[in-house]
Amino acid sequence: MITQVLFYLFAAVLIVSAAMVVSARNPVHSVLFLILAFFNAAALFLIAGAEFLAMTLVIVYVGAVAVLFLFVVMMLDVDFAELRGGFQRYLPVGAAVGIVLLVELTIVLGGWKLAPGSVKAHMSPTPANISNTEALGRLLYTDYIFLFQASGLVLLVAMIGAIVLTLRDRKTSRHQNIRVQTERSVAETLEMMTVELGASTNRSGGFLRPKPPEPEKVEEPAGGHGHGHH
Amino acid sequence: MMAVGIGHYLVVSAILLVLGIFGIFLNRKNVIVILMAIELILLAVNLNLVAFSAAQNDLAGQILAMLVLTVAAAEAAIGLAIVVVYFRNRGSIQVEDVNLMKG
Repeated sequence: MITQVLFYLFAAVLIVSAAMVVSARNPVHSVLFLILAFFNAAALFLIAGAEFLAMTLVIVYVGAVAVLFLFVVMMLDVDFAELRGGFQRYLPVGAAVGIVLLVELTIVLGGWKLAPGSVKAHMSPTPANISNTEALGRLLYTDYIFLFQASGLVLLVAMIGAIVLTLRDRKTSRHQNIRVQTERSVAETLEMMTVELGASTNRSGGFLRPKPPEPEKVEEPAGGHGHGHH
Repeated sequence: MMAVGIGHYLVVSAILLVLGIFGIFLNRKNVIVILMAIELILLAVNLNLVAFSAAQNDLAGQILAMLVLTVAAAEAAIGLAIVVVYFRNRGSIQVEDVNLMKG
């Protein structure tokens, strides 16, 4: 009984927060409602008995994905009021598509039933007497090892892709240039100086030889939006 | 068997899916909210998989849900990276402005 009540509570909060995600005026609020929705979905997973997936959902989504969204939303200083412009314009078509989809799903849900012989087709029946996490681990590292490796590959490709996309060479970034290092000659590296007693090294030019170039001002593109470094 | 019938899970998941698709149509200009709506859709898929897995006493559904989770995380990372690069180049994230490839 208490489980049903909790299910309806979590499901209601999940649906309300999902509706707020798509309709909130401020994207930061959208992200926060997305986090709330993930927490409630994790609770629904717990009620279904999938403890490991519930915890994974909290860790992966709330801990990583939602924070990533939050970072990006706060990093881009977009005029979000302007982005809300076509809200009323897109409302009818969105509502129409949503209602059609909901009606179709209702028809499917109403006429749906399990085939009688489907129990025999089970790939990996839930073992009794061991916890959900242990059962999943036994399954994942034996029968589904290739799936596991493939998801690792997906994550690797995503990581490399994200780095390659966002990495950029800036003039002010300092790389190690091995050719320049090995081609340094004594003449441009060493300098004999007579340092006055009590005088600071900075006044006579500092330690660095050859002298570092003055940091050049990065020209802002005129008339641009102020962020357009290509 | 579960304490809550599978039909309830399916209804919740269907509503979540419809809300996600509705969100894509509603926020036609804001890429970030579109990405969040896609996350909602994938969450609905996961909810379905877990509900069926619990109802059928078959753990394969939860394994598949884990794969969906992985792909969703990768998709979010790549999508947000593209958004950041696009904003850096164009100074805007409006979907209607995306016409560099003359599509």
